[in-house]
Amino acid sequence: MNPFDTSLSALAAQLATKQVASRELAQVYLDRIAALNGTINAFITVDPEKTLREAAAADAAIAAGQAGPLTGVPIAHKDIFCTDGWLTTCGSKMLSNFVAPYDAHVIERFKAAGLPSLGKTNMDEFAMGSSNETSFYGAVKNPWDTARVPGGSSGGAAACVAARMAPAATGTDTGGSIRQPAAFTGITGLKPTYGLVSRYGMIAFASSLDQAGPMAPSAEDCALLLNVMTGFDPRDSTSLERDKEDYTRDLDKPLAGLRVGLPREFFAEGLNNEVAAAVEAAVAELKKLGATTVEISLANSKLAIPVYYVLAPAEASSNLSRFDGVRYGHRAPEYADLNDMYAKTRAQGFGAEVKRRILIGTYVLSHGYYDAYYLQAQKIRRLIAHDFAEAFKACDVILGPTAPGTAFRIGEKSDDPVEMYLNDLYTIPANLAGLPGMSLPCGFDGKGLPIGLQLVGDYFSEAKMLNVAHQYQRVTDWHARRPEGLQS
Amino acid sequence: MKWETVIGLEVHTQLATKSKIFSGSSTAFGAAPNTQASAVDIALPGVLPVLNRGAVECAIKFGLAIGANLNRVNVFDRKNYFYPDLPKGYQISQLAKPIVEGGALTVVVDGTEKTIHLTRAHMEEDAGKSLHEDFHGMTGIDLNRAGTPLLEIVSEPEMRSSAEAVAYARALHTLVTWIGICDGNMQEGSFRVDANVSVRPLGQKEFGTRREIKNLNSFRFLQQAIDYEVRWQIETLEDGGRIEQATVLFDPDSGETRMMRSKEEAHDYRYFPDPDLLPVRLDDAWIEAVRATLPELPAAMQTRFQAEYGVSAYDASVLTGSRALAAYFEAAAQKSGQPKLAANWVMGELSAALNKAELDIAQSPVSAARLGALISRIQDGTLSGKLARQVFEGLWEGAGEVDAIIEARGLKQMSDSGELEKIVDEVLAANQKSVEEFRAGKEKAFNALVGQVMKASRGKANPAQVNELLKAKLQ
Repeated sequence: MNPFDTSLSALAAQLATKQVASRELAQVYLDRIAALNGTINAFITVDPEKTLREAAAADAAIAAGQAGPLTGVPIAHKDIFCTDGWLTTCGSKMLSNFVAPYDAHVIERFKAAGLPSLGKTNMDEFAMGSSNETSFYGAVKNPWDTARVPGGSSGGAAACVAARMAPAATGTDTGGSIRQPAAFTGITGLKPTYGLVSRYGMIAFASSLDQAGPMAPSAEDCALLLNVMTGFDPRDSTSLERDKEDYTRDLDKPLAGLRVGLPREFFAEGLNNEVAAAVEAAVAELKKLGATTVEISLANSKLAIPVYYVLAPAEASSNLSRFDGVRYGHRAPEYADLNDMYAKTRAQGFGAEVKRRILIGTYVLSHGYYDAYYLQAQKIRRLIAHDFAEAFKACDVILGPTAPGTAFRIGEKSDDPVEMYLNDLYTIPANLAGLPGMSLPCGFDGKGLPIGLQLVGDYFSEAKMLNVAHQYQRVTDWHARRPEGLQS
Repeated sequence: MKWETVIGLEVHTQLATKSKIFSGSSTAFGAAPNTQASAVDIALPGVLPVLNRGAVECAIKFGLAIGANLNRVNVFDRKNYFYPDLPKGYQISQLAKPIVEGGALTVVVDGTEKTIHLTRAHMEEDAGKSLHEDFHGMTGIDLNRAGTPLLEIVSEPEMRSSAEAVAYARALHTLVTWIGICDGNMQEGSFRVDANVSVRPLGQKEFGTRREIKNLNSFRFLQQAIDYEVRWQIETLEDGGRIEQATVLFDPDSGETRMMRSKEEAHDYRYFPDPDLLPVRLDDAWIEAVRATLPELPAAMQTRFQAEYGVSAYDASVLTGSRALAAYFEAAAQKSGQPKLAANWVMGELSAALNKAELDIAQSPVSAARLGALISRIQDGTLSGKLARQVFEGLWEGAGEVDAIIEARGLKQMSDSGELEKIVDEVLAANQKSVEEFRAGKEKAFNALVGQVMKASRGKANPAQVNELLKAKLQ
């Protein structure tokens, strides 16, 4: 069988009607992982025995008539989610020996829904990066051009879906870590409204920005995955208590009358011409489907990167304090005293980018600097959110490029952090405002690299965004294309 | 030069919730190390704090009890520092927006009332414990205490002597146990005091440089530590030295304070609002629901005791030393109908016996009802004070009800005047010399005769009746 061009709903239907067993399906993907991971490096950990055991349980559930909508469909999980009995590294040497003793909320949900885990995907260390080059486990290669990055930090997740080493994957997005790699690898990824998916068990980078979401070939796939992931969790104080939604409910709604907001700041200087052209072509496609466009302004979004690089490192510097060598994780083998143990453990356990952000965060929170940096950044964060609130008075969804360019070459930007940070120019504002955002493929550049289109919706408008994306994907096939000629 | 002492106290009270402030683990004291430490308490990657409403309600109770302002929106911050018994590398506390601000406590020192104002009280989590013994030169970490809820109560620097500081600390201790938010157990660390101490020339407006004495876990140590510290600071200044801001520890063995760290070594805690927790919002309904659970407070009860039972201000303050003591007194007073007598017995005989046996009022072998019954028997003349003390001993030993002890031990005061008259006559006949001396004007001789009658009655004669009869017969 060839499941690689089959949607999640079709795979689930084949499983439910016993045309294929979950064990068989899982084995097909395990074989492909075995064949390709040496090239792509998308997975940090695979454990076929565990995967097949979970698949067998899914088959039993199907046989017992207890199957849910996705039972038996295998999925890959970003290595940021604690997974009971699995090595959970967060892409860091610091946790290179950490076998989690419990399941994150997201893992629990997918287990309960009967989706066997194919393994843990590679990522930038502690989710700090836009290229997946900061991983202790090595760079992930973009399946469209293995000399290029897949984006980050959910680079392993994006690459494994693009290479069809998994039908779907979980990701997390703090400043674009789902959307930018989705754009670079030609898949669809969605960052939900902050608070929609519990952060319990998801190793924290910047708590006020982190949000988990689905990554898969299509919007319809993402809607089905989102149905599994969302829901109130009393273990996360920022989890929102809302009625359960079916995110597939509006997929087939026509787009007539849809007002698409085009922020002029997102089509300005710095945007690659090919990307601009592809996004504009997508806008034309939506107009054909009955949408209208309106120019809007997100004037403060130009401050999003400096604001983000104050707030996210501030939170990270504190969140990463628990990695001290005392209770779990890496501890320096030799040290003179307590302070030396801390210093050596953290010097050895963290990579350069993580250290850079801990230093920035420590600095901006320091006595005498707090007001000038942290407080000021929080004020601007509110202004950015206010810009969006104003914009949504005039439009139903905001559309623009996901990233300023397409996938860059491995090593191309790794010596220039600021150049690297600019990659998240368009994605960060949604995180700062807590808004949902998604990326979907809208074309290819002259080098054959995928181009991503970003939608940002108002709070809790995931169903509407998925509707727009799905309608677009019904009349285009960018999302259905996959890299040819991948070899082990 | 005359010096003035300035003291402010920071008191850490462990809140009497069943579970921790941000996890479901038990807060019970004394369990085997690390058996009450969950994934959240040991700060595994990915875990998150969830606020215990019970801890918030303790803080609301306290704010209401001291007449403070309750911040309708209060915020948890992270206080960042590395220490092995601090699992997250930060302590969740409240800095900029604490739950309680203001309020006051009135204390009595040397018969003078003084009001001490409070700056604030905020919720925070306790750290674990580092154990430096029994690990062959290594340090053991016990995280059972990590995450235990604390209310840190900060006073204004308004105390001017160790006696005032102790009076304030005692009043605070009474209050937090009274309203049930803290078990008050100082040995187990449920009530820990830090004292900020400085001195200044009398009349000077500016404060002197303070030193903070950490972690005093008894009122006696509090007094000793402050007294030593004040002497040391004055001597240092009079010798031409300077006081450097510092944190010091009190050594109960030597009775001295010694430097722990200087201001230069102080941490930059890099406080910022904890993004894992929402601001705590208090609404009227919640506050009023908590208010409804508050018992009558010590100050109000003291006023009522004076008005209702006619006891002195001093007695009222002693009797409200704890809620259990006050309840005991009220029960005994009501049972006997003799509040003043009840007050004397509770503060006298009963307290002495409890102290001697090192028992708490709640563990008293003599119930309030029985003490009340005993007092009734004094009032109706059945017992003299002396006989009553014998009955009390019986009650203490568990010999049963008051009347049964009187009966069984033959302790009834002689009420038959014929029988007493007979004894008086016999005594007068046998002590002619004393009778003559009395008639010659020696008042002392009368007392000797009273004593003889009491002796002959084996203590059971009513002394007032004896007086009357003797006077009548000798005229």
